[in-house]
Amino acid sequence: MQTEALLHTPPDTTSEPTLVVDRLKAYYTTKAFGIDRDIRAVDDISLTVAKGEIYGVAGESSSGKTSLIKTIVGAIRPPLHVVGGTVRFNFGGQNYDIYDLKPDQLQAIRWRHLSYIMQGSMNVLNPVRRIKHSFYDFAYAHMGLDRATFWNTVRDHLRRLDLDPGVLESYPHQLSGGMRQRTTIALATVCTPEFIVADEPTTALDVIVQRDVLAMLRDIQRDLGSSFLFVTHDMSVHATVSDRVGIVYAGRLVEEADTPTLFRGARHPYTQHLVASLPKIGDTTRRASLSGRPPSLADPPSGCRFHPRCPLAMDICSKEVPPMVNLAPRHRVACFAVSGATS
Amino acid sequence: MSLLLDIAQVGKTFTQGGLLSRRTVEAVKDISLQIEAEKPEILSVVGESGSGKSTLAAMVLGQQLPTRGLVLFDGVDVASIRSSAARRAFMAKVQPVLQNPFEAFNPLKRVDRYLFATAANFMMAKSKPTRQEIEARVDRALVEVGLTLAEVRGRFPHELSGGQLQRTAIARALIPDPRLLVADEPVSMVDASLRMSIVNLFGSLRDRLGLSIIYITHDLATAYYISDRIIIMKKGEVVERGSARDVLDNPQHPYSIALKKAVLTPDFA
Repeated sequence: MQTEALLHTPPDTTSEPTLVVDRLKAYYTTKAFGIDRDIRAVDDISLTVAKGEIYGVAGESSSGKTSLIKTIVGAIRPPLHVVGGTVRFNFGGQNYDIYDLKPDQLQAIRWRHLSYIMQGSMNVLNPVRRIKHSFYDFAYAHMGLDRATFWNTVRDHLRRLDLDPGVLESYPHQLSGGMRQRTTIALATVCTPEFIVADEPTTALDVIVQRDVLAMLRDIQRDLGSSFLFVTHDMSVHATVSDRVGIVYAGRLVEEADTPTLFRGARHPYTQHLVASLPKIGDTTRRASLSGRPPSLADPPSGCRFHPRCPLAMDICSKEVPPMVNLAPRHRVACFAVSGATS
Repeated sequence: MSLLLDIAQVGKTFTQGGLLSRRTVEAVKDISLQIEAEKPEILSVVGESGSGKSTLAAMVLGQQLPTRGLVLFDGVDVASIRSSAARRAFMAKVQPVLQNPFEAFNPLKRVDRYLFATAANFMMAKSKPTRQEIEARVDRALVEVGLTLAEVRGRFPHELSGGQLQRTAIARALIPDPRLLVADEPVSMVDASLRMSIVNLFGSLRDRLGLSIIYITHDLATAYYISDRIIIMKKGEVVERGSARDVLDNPQHPYSIALKKAVLTPDFA
């Protein structure tokens, strides 16, 4: 008995990419007792997301995944600040550089073109007001419709996602966790945005509900043709929904490839470990666990940040930062052992 | 054949609301379950949220008393435990491991404090232990999980990784030499690269120390990987039970089939 993967429309890689992130650096800077400390949560990350593509970001907790996407959508607050690099979106032929926009311009593209399903997003619904108020507060101003049309659009959208429009009259606590999560996804997509960022949208849910929510995201992607930036530490979820996956380790991108390539032919030792350690039903071979502990971003190891735990570590790994090298079209890796220690 | 744990037709009903709007919720309905004393095993309890897994665990731990039926541990009815000495003797045999290690430890207190307090509590029963005896006991438990007292001494929870902290929580549970661990979603908050180290640790505790473990999870893949027996729960009832491999290789009940179908695997890539 094998279930089918959640299929979706293939990405459009010929036209201009929807998102280009170039050498992005964002640090948390704290000043305490006259000492400045930088926590390099996003360190020199470049990536592009094509129109209609689901780009997965994987990595363990505190590897900087959430900081990366917060920086990409421009939702950062001190002490997190951008140190270098650019984030450029392309919506309908128009270019928007997130860190060149004025606050009101950013406000105008948010929700309309760019929406963000936050981690633990079930908690964005106001617990003491009916769900319709959350829809009104979030979406009404961005849609430019009169009230009657607005509510009709919202109801049509809920029906399209197989949700009963009756949920609008409910309070959040009256819904189950899965219903709440689906309602917040409906809320994030009601303005048919071109780019959707989802941070761990299924982590708190059990397996059956998780599958429903992923199927719903797939349907949205198919109907709207949106691009997704999909963040989760669960590699099985990436195998199911993502077109391409980037692996983040301690604030840096270490490998990026199309999903089948990444799961069958990963080259970076960390990615290989992540893929090999996944347990599967029907397979009882012993899974090794990685020695050592995840590095602290306040005091990361020198050179390649993975070298203290790496089975292939060489002398150069502790001295220099491995550059991102193209192994094949759409397959990049940052590892001296793979690309040869010539830098 | 003696039984370590004998759960006989246990049910738990919660009542909500006042006199006029009384509603009852049957969290657990007539569950029977045995673990043999001579045959240590890992028993997985699998089911969706709200299926009564955690209520069952709370009853095994004596935190909730069953509305109907009996929970016998080593032949003693858990509901009949009254005196603090008897309760301490029971708690020494059955220990919990919680879901989120970051919530299990107070962030403002050093982690070793919990270990020393647990050791002091359970060793008090014999005679007042000395500092050396306590430290030796704590160190022995930490070595069982692949840590040492030197690594943990004086550390705050934020100074340890999630995996190390969860191992410390397991070491704390091992201090009184328990016979049974009840682990409620112990790996759901641990990073992918460390998850398997915790699951492998459970296997080695079973094999080396002869410890039985009730492993509550909704992750079918790790349940298949590590457990000997499995029960699948839905709405407070056991819908399927048996050897983990048999049940998950070839599920019979429609709910078990749906559950297995919903599991995402890396093969989709």
